Amino acid sequence: MQQKAQAHSVDAPSPGGERKFLRLFAEMKKSKHAYVLMAPFFLIFAVFTVVPVVMSVLLSFTHFNMLEPPSWAGFDNFARLLVKDDVFLVAVKNTLLFAAITGPISYVACFFFAWIINELPPKPRALLTLVLYAPSISGNTYMIWALMFSGDSYGYINSFLMNWGFVLEPVQWLQDTRYVLGILILVQLWLSLGTSFLAFIAGLQTVNRTLYEAGAIDGIRNRWQELWFITLPAMRPQLMFGAIIQITSSFAVAEISIYLLGFPTVDYAGHTIVTHLIDYGTIRFDMGYASAIATVLFMIMMMTNVLTQKFLKKVGE
Amino acid sequence: MKAVIQKRLNRSWTVDILLLVLLAGIATFMAFPLVFTISNAFKPLDEIFAFPPKLFVRNPTFVNFTILPDIFSDSWVPFSRYLFNSLFVAVVGTGGHVIIASAAAYPLAKLKFPGRTMMMSIVVLSLMFTSYVTQVPNYMTISWLGMLNTYWAILLPAFGSTLGIYLMKQFMEQLPDELIEAGKIDGASEYRIFWQLVMPIVKPAWLTLIIFSLQVLWTNSSVTSHKYIYSEQLKTIDYVFGQIASGGIARTGPVAAVTFLMMLVPIVVFVVTQSSVIQTMATSGMKE
Repeated sequence: MQQKAQAHSVDAPSPGGERKFLRLFAEMKKSKHAYVLMAPFFLIFAVFTVVPVVMSVLLSFTHFNMLEPPSWAGFDNFARLLVKDDVFLVAVKNTLLFAAITGPISYVACFFFAWIINELPPKPRALLTLVLYAPSISGNTYMIWALMFSGDSYGYINSFLMNWGFVLEPVQWLQDTRYVLGILILVQLWLSLGTSFLAFIAGLQTVNRTLYEAGAIDGIRNRWQELWFITLPAMRPQLMFGAIIQITSSFAVAEISIYLLGFPTVDYAGHTIVTHLIDYGTIRFDMGYASAIATVLFMIMMMTNVLTQKFLKKVGE
Repeated sequence: MKAVIQKRLNRSWTVDILLLVLLAGIATFMAFPLVFTISNAFKPLDEIFAFPPKLFVRNPTFVNFTILPDIFSDSWVPFSRYLFNSLFVAVVGTGGHVIIASAAAYPLAKLKFPGRTMMMSIVVLSLMFTSYVTQVPNYMTISWLGMLNTYWAILLPAFGSTLGIYLMKQFMEQLPDELIEAGKIDGASEYRIFWQLVMPIVKPAWLTLIIFSLQVLWTNSSVTSHKYIYSEQLKTIDYVFGQIASGGIARTGPVAAVTFLMMLVPIVVFVVTQSSVIQTMATSGMKE
């Protein structure tokens, strides 16, 4: 409640503070039903999400080994992270490269395939949705890629390349610093038709169909114009949702790196910000430092999100 | 009939065919894990261990499934209890999340009240914070609330998951304001407008949310809850299946069967909800 009051007084700094407050109170009383509807969710959300996040941000300013009580550290963790920790810089470089490639490609792919599928008749549509979503629904089947890229001559890719004479001896795909990040990107792209994809499919259902007729009358000539001038603007809420999901999933990559490439990866070639965090949080029990990494990652994602949302506002104009 | 004609508006056959070819190519690529998991479950042991592995099963058998009762027979908590736990957690967790998150999403999307913008930005920002570091504070909260070793330790965090409210809010935002105004003129309360007017229209959204939530709770609830739940009677089915897998190489057959069975539930839910998504489309298309 206090935060709400503050937010309000920021847009209208008041000379008669008390009257302002009374008016705010009256306004809040008028929209009582809104608060009643929101209360259950936001109560739970505050306890299990907001409080832990705030606590983690606070912990990033402390030394905390989970055994002794945290001790104040000021900006020590951040200074160490950005100046002294060479491995972290490698992790940042990998993560940015990874996100810059997988983020946009997977985002466009999610929308593109949802859009094609949406035009199919119901039965093939449902089947294809299932097939494209399959990698996301089947748990850790991405381990199949370990088999494909296996470093001996029996790995699918090696045996194919050797049979056709492209290479003479097996390539150590998962141990070679030149290929590791590329393989990670490939697997992530394969997994990418997930949450946003389904959200887009559902979103395409809610686009008002009369808009298309109206568009045809207004001189829209082909499907690409229709996509740009009608579908994309009508889908803006879903596009924003998808953007956040793709940003978080491409910046927070860790699991596939750990399971596919091992931990740590060879010469840190597949090391990401979150694997770095896991290293400090769960292996070295340096929770303050791990929280500092999480905070830095949070800020990177936030900036990316601001840029993306700005860009999305221009869609269809 | 009208819908069919409309759909062909602005479409050329050549591009249609090109897109379908592209789709077919990608689909083959993506279907791989599905085919592999299904066919593995029916492989006899010698085929499972064949190297290099074959994608399709040669001599299908049910032996991997028929061993399962034997494996469960010596556990002192009956198998049905694990199954109940999993179903209970998945159904209650998903149902609760969908209702609570939708109820909170409606005012955020369509009503004006002090604090709205701020609450929305908190929701969006919290999606960007990695859960790895919030685990320690979460454990302390759950322990302080006295919910350690109860279903609540899984259910409550699932109710308050951030994904749902954001998804629902984005979909509700698309609804025309006139619709809600019309409801108000007819004298419906905000609660009735939400439940009887808004929720039926955003059916594609909450059907999709059901898939997300159920998938997480069904396949992963023991991963997220192993810190909070230590009574054997409260553990979920994915935990038992993990136990089977930890039996090592000798259990490879049953593990393949179990992987398949675990996948079956989300797939069935997926097929059911996705076909309802299509139905809503058909009906709402007619209304327009």
